[in-house]
Amino acid sequence: MYCPYLLLLLSLGVSAVEVQRPRGVPLSKRQFYEEGKPFTCLDGSRTIPFDRVNDDYCDCQDGSDEPGTAACPNGSFHCTNAGFRPAFIPSSRINDGICDCCDTTDEYNSGAACQNTCRELGRKERESLQKMAEIAKEGFMLKQQLIQEAKRGLEEKKGKLAEVQTSKKDLEDKVEALRSVKEAAEQPEKEAKERHLKAWEAVIRKEKDMAKMAAVFLELDADADGSVSVAELLLHSELDQDSDGTFTETEAQGLLGGVDKVDTVAFEAVWSNIKDKYISEETRESVSDTDSEQYPEDDIPEDEEEEDEDDEDEDPDDGEYKVTSLSFSIRLVLDGPGSPPTTRTQEKKDDEDEGTMPPYDQETQNLIDRMTTFFCFLFVHRNIEKEISFDFGPSAEFGYLYNQCYELTTSEYIYRLCPFSRVSQKPKYGGSETSLGTWGKWAGPDDNVYSVMKYEHGTGCWQGPNRSTTVKLTCGKETVVTSTSEPSRCEYLMEFTTPAVCQEPPSLDSMHPDHEEL
Amino acid sequence: MAPVLAFWLVLCLSGTWAVDRGNFKTCDQSAFCKRQRALKPGESPYRALLETMELTNTRLTLQLINDNNKVRLLLELYRLQGNITRVKINELKPLKPRYEVPDVLIREPPTEPLSLLSQDDNGVVLSLGAESQRVIVSARPFRLDIMEGRDVLMSLNSRGLLAFEHLRMRKDTQADPEAEKKEEGDPENQAETGKEEEEKVEDGMWEETFKSHSDSKPHGPSAISLDFSLPGVEHVYGIPEHADTLRLKTTDNGDPYRLYNLDVFQYELYNPMALYGAVPVMLAHNAKRTTGIFWLNAAETWVDISSNTAGKTVFGKMLDYVQGSSETPQTDVRWISESGIIDVFIMLGPTPKDVFSQYASLTGTQAFPPLAALAYHQCRWNYNDQEDVQSVDAGFDEHDIPYDFIWLDIEHTDGKRYFTWDPHKFATPKEMLQGIMDKKRKMVAIVDPHIKVDSNYKIHNEIRSRGFYIKNKDGGDYEGWCWPGSAGYPDFTRPDMRAWWASMFAYDQYEGSMENLYTWNDMNEPSVFNGPEVTMHKDATHGAWEHRDVHNLYGLYVQMATADGQIQRSGGVERPFVLTRAFFAGSQRYGAVWTGDNAAEWDHLKISIPMCLSLGLVGISFCGADVGGFFKSPSTELLVRWYQTGAYQPFFRAHAHLDTPRREPWLFGPENTALIRDAVRQRYTLLPYWYQQFYLAYHTGQPVMRPLWVEYPQDPATFALDDEFLIGRDLLVHPVTEEGARGVTAYLPGKDEVWFDVNTFQKHNGAQNLYIPVTMSSIPVFQRGGSIIPRKLRVRRSSSCMEHDPYTLYVALNPQRTAEGEIYIDDGHTFNYEKQEFIHRRLMFANNVLSSVNLNPEARFTTRSWIERVVILGASKPSKVTLKTAGESKFSRQTADRKKPFLNLVVLVRRLL
Repeated sequence: MYCPYLLLLLSLGVSAVEVQRPRGVPLSKRQFYEEGKPFTCLDGSRTIPFDRVNDDYCDCQDGSDEPGTAACPNGSFHCTNAGFRPAFIPSSRINDGICDCCDTTDEYNSGAACQNTCRELGRKERESLQKMAEIAKEGFMLKQQLIQEAKRGLEEKKGKLAEVQTSKKDLEDKVEALRSVKEAAEQPEKEAKERHLKAWEAVIRKEKDMAKMAAVFLELDADADGSVSVAELLLHSELDQDSDGTFTETEAQGLLGGVDKVDTVAFEAVWSNIKDKYISEETRESVSDTDSEQYPEDDIPEDEEEEDEDDEDEDPDDGEYKVTSLSFSIRLVLDGPGSPPTTRTQEKKDDEDEGTMPPYDQETQNLIDRMTTFFCFLFVHRNIEKEISFDFGPSAEFGYLYNQCYELTTSEYIYRLCPFSRVSQKPKYGGSETSLGTWGKWAGPDDNVYSVMKYEHGTGCWQGPNRSTTVKLTCGKETVVTSTSEPSRCEYLMEFTTPAVCQEPPSLDSMHPDHEEL
Repeated sequence: MAPVLAFWLVLCLSGTWAVDRGNFKTCDQSAFCKRQRALKPGESPYRALLETMELTNTRLTLQLINDNNKVRLLLELYRLQGNITRVKINELKPLKPRYEVPDVLIREPPTEPLSLLSQDDNGVVLSLGAESQRVIVSARPFRLDIMEGRDVLMSLNSRGLLAFEHLRMRKDTQADPEAEKKEEGDPENQAETGKEEEEKVEDGMWEETFKSHSDSKPHGPSAISLDFSLPGVEHVYGIPEHADTLRLKTTDNGDPYRLYNLDVFQYELYNPMALYGAVPVMLAHNAKRTTGIFWLNAAETWVDISSNTAGKTVFGKMLDYVQGSSETPQTDVRWISESGIIDVFIMLGPTPKDVFSQYASLTGTQAFPPLAALAYHQCRWNYNDQEDVQSVDAGFDEHDIPYDFIWLDIEHTDGKRYFTWDPHKFATPKEMLQGIMDKKRKMVAIVDPHIKVDSNYKIHNEIRSRGFYIKNKDGGDYEGWCWPGSAGYPDFTRPDMRAWWASMFAYDQYEGSMENLYTWNDMNEPSVFNGPEVTMHKDATHGAWEHRDVHNLYGLYVQMATADGQIQRSGGVERPFVLTRAFFAGSQRYGAVWTGDNAAEWDHLKISIPMCLSLGLVGISFCGADVGGFFKSPSTELLVRWYQTGAYQPFFRAHAHLDTPRREPWLFGPENTALIRDAVRQRYTLLPYWYQQFYLAYHTGQPVMRPLWVEYPQDPATFALDDEFLIGRDLLVHPVTEEGARGVTAYLPGKDEVWFDVNTFQKHNGAQNLYIPVTMSSIPVFQRGGSIIPRKLRVRRSSSCMEHDPYTLYVALNPQRTAEGEIYIDDGHTFNYEKQEFIHRRLMFANNVLSSVNLNPEARFTTRSWIERVVILGASKPSKVTLKTAGESKFSRQTADRKKPFLNLVVLVRRLL
């Protein structure tokens, strides 16, 4: 059937629009469509009589002669959408029976029953814009606070660091002094000296172990809540007791002495169970140890280290831990250059091992106490060093997320995001935790790099990659994980709101779309 | 989807990426195949007892006797309408009935009179109707020769390989091998038949084991075999499904082609292993004649092919010719099946089209699909949830790529319980379906035939309480392992089971379903993860029959029942759309098939062409391969090339494995998005042509996607081509399937023909190999001079959105400056076309006049569409164009495209179709 009403409608259409222009033409291009004058395609390719504009046949290569029909495959249609935002839609969506323009103008001949929803949409949009603006405003204020706090925090930490370093220096000096005194005093008592040397070694070993234990505790305590939990332990499958390939919750709990979590004190008992098997994250991720250069003790000449090779062999983990290597260096300082560490004999060692530790003299005891304090400083030192090394954003506004964790519970899983540390997933109704990645990098687009976080190298997938998570940050007053999904196998997506990404909102007036037509 | 078994996991991790051949039998590991194949050509022990001959008007019967064991067979011979001869051989008095395949033939084929021409002691000659065709029945040894004039068209049992393992009682001595040996050779009289029993009891006759599986074979050996000789034939095709070349290879140096529906994990290419479906139909072709053999048997079947010219070089053949000493080239084929009877339909052509009509007259034609099903389908295992579905749907709009169907794989269900929805991920399916419907799009959800054994699952409880499950050999419900864990398999061979299944698709039964929800039947070989060869035990029972008898038919029944359900839910108004992985002869009547779990590799892209061509030759036109490849992740180049190829294959669906990265068309950068968009849009512009081709296939049984030889049967250069193909007869497609290709060489057939490049409109002569330089955007497609192809150039979001859009006619002139084509229009989705509600017109261009005639004056249909443009390729610029219609004349205008030197005349026409 020839469509007689189509032409009719076309002419109606032209006159129905208040500002005289053919259907589908935006105001900005009105001047190119002059009633009654030949029309030149906007690409200049040809000129046609005006009655061929919107006659439902495509004459122009660029589709410009049919702004109001679907005749040109590459055309576009302009909806005025009074009350909302004007829009261009592909001309293939004209009269396809689907309402695209909220002012219904795209469906003028399809029979589709479209409602004009522009005012409603406009109202909603304004409301949501307003809401967003409010959020942005408050969020931005919060962000300023965060920045201030971060600044203060950083200064504090730097102060602490300096303090630690000073105390350390001080301590070293004192230790050195003590040593000289001791050496002088003990000179005649050869045997006693040897015993003391032995005692020193034991002390040193114990301290070293404590240092390592502390470091491991810090590392295990992923959520930094001051205790190590079963779930946290489960992330270290190397601790699998029966080495059957699965490290179960029961096994983990067993290691923790039957409880769900242990604090620093109780951890001492746990440590003896796990220290042989434990593999540090840093070892695992083979992070280069270059940041140990931050420790002044590493300036110790190489030959001294070589001298100590024998001792180092006793603990192959040496060097993996900054703290231990530090304590090592301290020992070197204590032993002093040139003092032979290999003078003891096997028998004597056995003898001593059988008996209890010889009582320390007061000076030694003092020294030990001081050392303990010293190591406590060191842990703080290490932590601060680590924290300071993160990129917390241009004004450190993301710093407050450090050592925090945020959870989202879905129908099946509990998702947990610990910014700058890790993302994990745990079945709601029992089952072990799966790592969805550890902190990788900021991964937003170049112009907004702090809008996306990337966590990588999570637990591997069958026939697939290691799990990884992309965290999208949006402005919000609160710091919350709002959604998680797995768009592709083993690639997770998390939405996270935080004031730290809020931008300074433009004043509300300038946000109003004042280019609304009509 | 493939079964991913725990123990296969290990295998894959070890780095092997290929089928585990050890999971599937070779002929040697299949006892009956080994037994039968051990028989070598020679004098047949069978003799025709001419005195038993009975000839009625419509059939001849005759007894055959095996002189070795005295078992008698009954031969029936029918002349069927349309140049088909049917040969049936069964035991004269079997111990129990042998299985004859039901439900595949659309009716009892109508017969034609047979008449006796002559008879003597050693045979009879019968006339096969009006043509000069005769069948000669020779008595000693028994053989059949079908002649036309002085030419032998086909001979049966000419190599003496007819074998028929008669049913027998199991010897009690079976348990005692010593005693058995003693009795061997002793004639044992069977009270009932009095036949002489001579056969040795061989391994695997009464029990067979494969890997850890045992087949109890309570009925003993029952295999059948027959050979066919095809003088003058060097090319045979068909017997899908195999991942092999279009032209079948000889099997002398390896296994025969196997037909046994199997779920093959990560199948290998270019070998005769069985795959998901089986159509026991072979076509034989030479420049003079095309014939076909339809071996109607649903049991495990093996097909051997040998040829007396197979080893010869072209030079050798030439030498033979020059010396005049050449023996006639000949192909010999031999069919072996595990049970049932011999029931063969010999389709005598003589043209390819005749063979297609002959086969269609037996098993029916391609179901006429809803128009939307011919558009683009977006699938993935799995779209995660409703939100995911919505965002993929929105992605297509955002990137202005049309699509019609979005698919949900098994994860959409509540714990792999089909007909249900995951309560969290797909909590409000109707809301989701409505959202899709608002965009005039549709959805497919998977429904597999394995049913979770779970007393809280309605479907399971009903099937169990009605006794609809297939039984194991001990009479209990058969249980196997599949996606849901332990699962039962409904007995789809039962009509009452199928009726019940169909009723489950009613809107009030299938909760959350709506009229735009369609179905996909996967795993219907059936796939049983812990069964022998990943399928069902052969000694499971379907009522009186063993699974052994019906195996290859199971998948057909599943699709049949599902399609029936879809028809019934709309009260018989709407056309169904059901995709199946397993199939058999006749499956074309129920919907579409795809080539299963392929892989993202260039060779898999290439093989999609011969695989679908082979299916088309045996009636199944609605075929496609997973675009992009199911397993593994395609390179961007491969993905783009696959879209370009898939856009020109009948069933056009992208699909991907669960473990592969996402690959929606817009995920590979704007450039590749544009390339994919262009390929999909080309598909949409051609939908009127595709639709018309499917209407034709539905009417005539002609394949939609065709090998070139079908249209150029006398041109030997086309006989082995399988890197290019025709859609209908007018579009030739040579997709780019090579990595990094800079050009392709397409063979353009037809000595006096011309072909027009559809992109450049450049004209090329036929009968030449044409080198075409290609870029990433090239899809080499040619329109035949002499044809008229309708397109819709206004591509929209979905095919339904384009319903009322106008057509553009592409008139490509032949050297005689004429052209002809058709246009078919109906509502696109109902069965009203059966009530003559359509427009079907022939379009003709001759003497510079384009005109049309109504091909069906009875038909009535009104459309809002019109013809907006006529593009004439190969004409010179006219001085004037006029338009005449009955009554009124509307305006027209013409333009010649200046950019193209050869003429591209565009006429704007507005008028009633």
